[in-house]
Amino acid sequence: MTEDALAPFDEPWQAQLFALTVALSEAGRFSWAEWTESFGATLKEHGRARPLDGQGDYWNAWLVTLEGLLARTGMAAREEADRFRALWEAAYLSTPHGQPVRIAG
Amino acid sequence: MPHDHHDHPHSLLPSDPALRVKALETILTRKGLVDPAALDVILETYEKKVGPHLGAQVVARAWSDPQFLAALRTDAAGALADMGISGRQGEHVVAVENTPEVHNMVVCTLCSCYPWPLLGIPPAWYKSDAYRARAVREPRKVLAEFGVTLPEGQKVRVWDSTAEVRYLVIPMRPEGTDGLDDAALAALVTRDSMIGTGLPGRPA
Repeated sequence: MTEDALAPFDEPWQAQLFALTVALSEAGRFSWAEWTESFGATLKEHGRARPLDGQGDYWNAWLVTLEGLLARTGMAAREEADRFRALWEAAYLSTPHGQPVRIAG
Repeated sequence: MPHDHHDHPHSLLPSDPALRVKALETILTRKGLVDPAALDVILETYEKKVGPHLGAQVVARAWSDPQFLAALRTDAAGALADMGISGRQGEHVVAVENTPEVHNMVVCTLCSCYPWPLLGIPPAWYKSDAYRARAVREPRKVLAEFGVTLPEGQKVRVWDSTAEVRYLVIPMRPEGTDGLDDAALAALVTRDSMIGTGLPGRPA
């Protein structure tokens, strides 16, 4: 086994997403059983079009599941998530290279 | 979207999923639904600290210390806590031992439940539809693809993980390892051998 084969995440956002989900569950926002049930349903749905590869597909399904769960429970409504995504995008596009990217608030 | 212009006027735009994750993180931390410090601890743990080396230490000790093995059989959580390993979601770890009669193999047909505290984040193949669908249906074929051929008489038992129960395979101790200490034994224990899709290495 090489170190690469054991690298837990391919991209930093996957690690952030994983940590966010675990932190929410540990803070009691949802149980892990609720999480696995929702996640399993997404994987099943996404897997209908083509078999999932367990890498990019997998983390994409994870993200879709978390967005859906947060929208359903009102913790982060779709509209809110879209708005903050747009704010971050605008911040990256307007921050000079090399400077820390921040959003207002 | 990587680009190499040194004089580019703005910061590199992260990918779409990266921006969506940042959005969720901002919303949740601003609402106080997650603590940024807790996030950092989880990141640090799973990126740097937890991995198959922990499971390998458990297997090595199970091979060398009969009392520990007995404790692992009756109360795995307690035995693991003694080694400083504990679960996060209150999940239950069950150790399943390979014998000449039975080879154990682990899957999660629902999603990707896995003994994180012992093995870290599962490899891509464990999370793939191909493995999740086929491990139960044709385990011997899947094992052959991993290069594992079992004796005819050895049965394969496949364990389906859940949010509550995670399995750790205790492979059979390889022959020729009598004089080895725990560190040398642990070096023989591969990640796949603890999932049941591999066998431990042999001493050089």
